[in-house]
Amino acid sequence: MTFPLLTCLGLLPIIGAAILILPVRAAGKWIGLGFALATLGLAAAAVPVYLGDPTALTQTVPWIPAFGAYWALSVDGMGLTMVLLTALLTPLVLFAEWNITGKGTKWTSQAFAALVLLLEGLSLLVFMADDILLFYICFEATLIPMYFLIGGFGGERRSQAALKFLLFGLAGGLIMLVSVVGIGSFSQQAIGAPTYLISQIGVSLSGGSTWAWVLMLCFLAAFILKAPMVPVHTWLPTAAEEATPGSSVLMVGILDKIGTFGMIRICLTLFPVESAAIAPVMIVLALVSIIYGALAAIGSKNLLRLVAYTSVSHFGFMVLGIYTFTSVGLGGTMFYQVNHGFSTAALFLVLGFLIKRRGSANVADYGGVQSQAPILSGALLLAGLSGLALPGMSTFVSEFEVLAGSWSRYPWAAIVAALGTVLAAVYILLMYQRTMTGPATPEVEETITTDLTLKEKLVAFGLAAVVIILGLIPNLALSVITPTAQETLTQIGVADHQAPLGEEVPA
Amino acid sequence: MIALETVAPVIEWQSLSPVLIVLGGACLGVIWEGVLPRRLRNPFQIVTLLAAIIGALTMLTLNFLHASLATDAATSVDPKVGLLAVGTLCSDGPSMAAWFALLVFGGLALLIFGDRQLNQGASAFASAAATTPGSDEEQLADTIGREHTEVYALGLFSLAGMMVFVAANDLITMFIALEVMSLPLYLLAAIARRKRLLSQEAALKYFLLGAFASAFFLFGAALIYGYSGSFQWAGIDSAISGGSTSGVAVVTFGDGILITGVALLAVGLLFKMGAVPFQSWVPDVYTGSPTPVTGWMAVGVKIAAILGMMRVFYVALGGIRWTWQPVIAVVAVLTMVVGVIMALAQTNIKRLLAYSAVSHAGFILTAVVGTQFYVGAGQLNAIGSVMFYLIGYGFATIAGFAIIMMVRRGSAEAWDLDDWAGIGVKNPVVGVLFAIVLLSFAGIPLTAGFIGKWAVFTSAWTGGYWWLAVVGIAFSLVAAYLYLKVLIKMFFAPPAEGVRVAKASPFVWIPVIISTIATLILGLLPGPVMQWLSTLEIFIR
Repeated sequence: MTFPLLTCLGLLPIIGAAILILPVRAAGKWIGLGFALATLGLAAAAVPVYLGDPTALTQTVPWIPAFGAYWALSVDGMGLTMVLLTALLTPLVLFAEWNITGKGTKWTSQAFAALVLLLEGLSLLVFMADDILLFYICFEATLIPMYFLIGGFGGERRSQAALKFLLFGLAGGLIMLVSVVGIGSFSQQAIGAPTYLISQIGVSLSGGSTWAWVLMLCFLAAFILKAPMVPVHTWLPTAAEEATPGSSVLMVGILDKIGTFGMIRICLTLFPVESAAIAPVMIVLALVSIIYGALAAIGSKNLLRLVAYTSVSHFGFMVLGIYTFTSVGLGGTMFYQVNHGFSTAALFLVLGFLIKRRGSANVADYGGVQSQAPILSGALLLAGLSGLALPGMSTFVSEFEVLAGSWSRYPWAAIVAALGTVLAAVYILLMYQRTMTGPATPEVEETITTDLTLKEKLVAFGLAAVVIILGLIPNLALSVITPTAQETLTQIGVADHQAPLGEEVPA
Repeated sequence: MIALETVAPVIEWQSLSPVLIVLGGACLGVIWEGVLPRRLRNPFQIVTLLAAIIGALTMLTLNFLHASLATDAATSVDPKVGLLAVGTLCSDGPSMAAWFALLVFGGLALLIFGDRQLNQGASAFASAAATTPGSDEEQLADTIGREHTEVYALGLFSLAGMMVFVAANDLITMFIALEVMSLPLYLLAAIARRKRLLSQEAALKYFLLGAFASAFFLFGAALIYGYSGSFQWAGIDSAISGGSTSGVAVVTFGDGILITGVALLAVGLLFKMGAVPFQSWVPDVYTGSPTPVTGWMAVGVKIAAILGMMRVFYVALGGIRWTWQPVIAVVAVLTMVVGVIMALAQTNIKRLLAYSAVSHAGFILTAVVGTQFYVGAGQLNAIGSVMFYLIGYGFATIAGFAIIMMVRRGSAEAWDLDDWAGIGVKNPVVGVLFAIVLLSFAGIPLTAGFIGKWAVFTSAWTGGYWWLAVVGIAFSLVAAYLYLKVLIKMFFAPPAEGVRVAKASPFVWIPVIISTIATLILGLLPGPVMQWLSTLEIFIR
């Protein structure tokens, strides 16, 4: 057997978290960062192996034979990019939140590092899981570290926010549990033995039957709750407002992607017939999310809430891309997941640096920061522009792909979604204008006395650099993503719909 | 010379040895009370307890290794899988697994009786249970350091009763086992060191209602005998199924007597497991009993009652399963609903866990109803699922009640939920351990509770009761909210004044650590245990 690279990748951060239970005191953050960097190293090592032979990393070991569950890990283009995103963001968050402690509590930076590492390990396993049970267990388990990250390190109303987050998460998880239990039962009837391997389940479900619909809807409901779409998004702004920016990065940048990831990996792959049938509904929901999220962002009085709402809008784009059933749209979504991770991380973290100085997240408490901290405001502008998908940034490429994919099948959807991109410019620039430009208010002058430190610059401009590099050379990512998108479509037997260039759009 | 023609009954001593060793240990415990000076009693009792448990486990392991659990019981030539002691007990996969579980949990839970550090040098039991609470005699007994060391022997007696209960092969044996397991528990419930009136009230309630339940059980047994002419499962089954090839059964009376008998029998069994509508004793008894006793009875009685019920209802009464399954399904739903909803309203941690124990009975009943025995080779059948749930529940419960012993206001246990505020921050170790317990109760992945829920819901679904599984999942969410409420209080609320985590002796720590580690291991790597449980096959007839 070859070296179990993916297993090590998933377990290394969890081992790190376990080590951090020991009373290592000040060394805690160093150990945490060390493990996060080692994980990044392993993730990077997986890239050449994958490029050499995409199946070389696959691993399947019986885990709970009585249930037909396997310790099965593999990556495709989408999984690999998500793994890289997770592995990159984790050390960055640990680095950015170096001296974090709970407000008025005894929560230490060591606990923070341990929880973040646990979260990283579980998320990596979700993105690599090839077995529904494993996927489900890790999916549910990610809630626990995130819950403590919000509840232990958040603001004033952190415990309510944490509870709200957890209850929404658990509700989704338990709805999904119905499907997962059902799948075990159905595969047992169809094959004679229960199995949870994604590759084997597909055989056992006859498309279009009532049960296939029920199972698919339960999965979909869980993913809609996870990648929050209107109207079940309300937990996200609350949680993001109360959590520390670092936790929010992990929550929005990585955890919520499990929702869109799951739609592709489970709903599309296992239930192609039902997914195709429900596509129009999903597209409408996606459009509602895009517009509602953008409008709510414009109206937000709190900076962190604002970013959370922009994400609701972005998740709308991602879902739109998935249900276009075109390789361009699907590939766009896969790329969007990565870009959104980086750009939202930049926004949350730079705003975090700003809020730390001023001690408030209210938009009204700012004004004229530009003159006090020009580098900070520059960093915020860069992060903001990546959020509104400025050409040259990677977010532009993915947003364009999603719109193009949607245009080829549902032109009306593309038109409405394009409105979302305009609104995006409004909420970002309005936020920048209100906080950064103009004369500095006395409070701002008093509190914001220092510009970004070296550490903060590294974090902010490092993220911006990734977004710009991927924007200028999108093929770095697209070369692995596009084949996966095409393969997914072939697998579910949908003919790719080419964008009708130079043709009349059928009315 | 005339030879005596008496045929001695064949007694399978080796197969019976685990029960006999436990009973022997209990008897030895009684003898120690009579012959040893007071100061020697406690160490002797503890050594006897450990020796009995370890001895019984060793013999059971030997038996298990020799017992070939062949797929087809008919071709099995191994005499160890079969009826024991002239057909009063059965030795089969499920009974052996239940014995393993009961012995392990018995060992862990009864070990906790030995702690003397939490009460400043005294045990958790009253110094002299016969004295009036608050009287001078009580004061005197406290001062001169009297204590009840027979609690270990009582514990072993109840353990032996449970072991016989899960393996009983006829209604009379089952009834006697029911009494052997219950009577010591009535006594144990009455002798808490603190809040003695509450404890005595709990014991009285438990005894009176338990006596009622036993009477119902006995009445049901009599009616079923009247219908079938047999006390043994096989005889009852053949009378019901009509294929009376044995010639034993001559059905004289109509179905009415059978159905009534089954209903009364069910009352007795459902009472013991604390299912709705026979749950009202649970919160009072769990709260009033000394906390170590609560842990033991929450685990032991539940395992015994549920496995005993599965055996009677499927082996003896399987022929009329279409009649009782819907009723038990309704009971399962009610038990989940009432258990969870009532637990939400509690402000006392022991009452909260008591109602949570009720709800767990409901979750398990889903698999009891949806039982489908004949699954493919190497897969888990309903008995295995229920066993796994009970094992996970057992570890969490033992650890949970042991931790409740440690959290104290002044010198008494702090039961008020508000007193638990900030415990997780005050003492992170205890906080994390209790969090594991709560997460397992809530059925969050990576804990044994999740895999257990998974197993029983899958069993229910496969057995055709998919709606029961869906109801179970829905109430799992409500239940999760309940445990998270406690978790929030423990970790995020400002710490309560005057509450501390008292120093406990290894008698408490060892069971707590073993149980929480087992909870995690069973959640992460359930494979080996699952595999073992799936080789158990079904009840023999």
